[in-house]
Amino acid sequence: MLKANTTKGKLIVVEGIDGSGKSTQIDLLYKWLQSQGYSVYFSEWNSSALVKSTTKAAKKQKTFTPTTFSILHCTDFADRWENSIYPLLKAGVIVLADRYAFTAFARDVARGVDPEWVRNMYSFAIMPDAALYFRVPLDIAVERITGARAALKYYEAGMDLDLSENINESFKLFQGRILNEYDKMVDEFGLTMIDGTLPVKDQQRKVRTLIKQMLGKWEGLPNPNRTNIVMQNPQADNKDKGGKK
Amino acid sequence: MKSANFYGAGFPYRETQKLSGKIIVLEGSDGVGRSTQIKLLRRWLEDEGYAVSDTGLTRSTLTAAGLDEAKSGHTLGPITMSLFYLADFADRLENQIIPALQAGFVVLSDRYFYSVIARDIIRGIDKTWARNLYGIALKPDLVLYLKASVSNLVTRLIHGRGLNYWESGMDLHLADNMYDSFVTYQSLLSKEFDELAREYNFVPVDADLSPQEIFESLKGPIVSLLHNRLTKAKKPK
Repeated sequence: MLKANTTKGKLIVVEGIDGSGKSTQIDLLYKWLQSQGYSVYFSEWNSSALVKSTTKAAKKQKTFTPTTFSILHCTDFADRWENSIYPLLKAGVIVLADRYAFTAFARDVARGVDPEWVRNMYSFAIMPDAALYFRVPLDIAVERITGARAALKYYEAGMDLDLSENINESFKLFQGRILNEYDKMVDEFGLTMIDGTLPVKDQQRKVRTLIKQMLGKWEGLPNPNRTNIVMQNPQADNKDKGGKK
Repeated sequence: MKSANFYGAGFPYRETQKLSGKIIVLEGSDGVGRSTQIKLLRRWLEDEGYAVSDTGLTRSTLTAAGLDEAKSGHTLGPITMSLFYLADFADRLENQIIPALQAGFVVLSDRYFYSVIARDIIRGIDKTWARNLYGIALKPDLVLYLKASVSNLVTRLIHGRGLNYWESGMDLHLADNMYDSFVTYQSLLSKEFDELAREYNFVPVDADLSPQEIFESLKGPIVSLLHNRLTKAKKPK
């Protein structure tokens, strides 16, 4: 359903449930790739300024249905796709994405939307050259999230699904459904599974080995001064710029 | 997965059986007189004793502000634009149209998704992708397709709300001014519409006539759709 990559660039995405440690890994990968002299761009899920005002209001007023939730997240993705990800891939950049279409396939289907319908919606996107799925058992992910953060949010806990009145319980049930959808996609899309319970360093070593292998002798857009890529789109958000913290 | 009432899977997580109302769609270009006809139809149907609800593109409160903002910036890509309209459509369908149909209303829809995909396809959007997005859409009971000549559309628009950037398709760079752009854009649209009309069984209505004449020709198909109920539901005078 996703298109083959015919651009000069390389697309690397990380996936996994909340608390799987994927963001830590992609951050380390970004810095490493840049130090190797590649042109790298980072794009984060749900970060287009254009769509933000809409999603923010709907989240606050709890007016999303599973379908509108799904569509607006795809709209956000499409805006980043059309204004940064795709043109940069064409230019020969390595684009790193923290969450990609697979997040929608897992989450939106867990919410009850039709699997084929949501797959069609994202079919304008490219199948990544590397799709890394950080897998952790449900208990560990839940512990990481509930331990590290003050309060769970309504939609991330799947409270709109009436799974449980208790937000922690709802979160656990919802993440369990998502995990199940991810597991099904390993075969469907050939996701590369990485054990997210391993120490951060060990995971990163595996990630770098995989990416090195994938890149081989590939040469993309040169980055002579080792600089970050910033898209000059007036509506792009700070988060969606090359400069990672 | 397919559901009888929908073009595709619809809303699998939601109860959508027992839609006792009827949904009637008015399609056609900008300036063809849809909103005038909706007003006339509404009054007529209410006089006949029907509860009527009307809806139209971009009226969702979920997306209205975001869409305005996006359009004013002109930086929106075609896929993003397409999805914004889909969000507007889905929100109105789930939160307004389906509940109204469940309550037995006649829903008059000022355009449906056909207009949206016609515009999208002209902007290079993949036809199959666009049609599949609207697998969530309910099949209307009747689609009335108002057709008028481009010269009539121009006359009505210039003496009405005026030509505007989007309705003229200025984002497509078809011409260096809104008039020429409008003319070219409308003929492209009308070609797409004709194709959609065959595929989705639109009932064509000649919209080069006067508003009253158009109204009279719209009544016919609506009477046959509502026939049984038209006599039954009539209010005593």
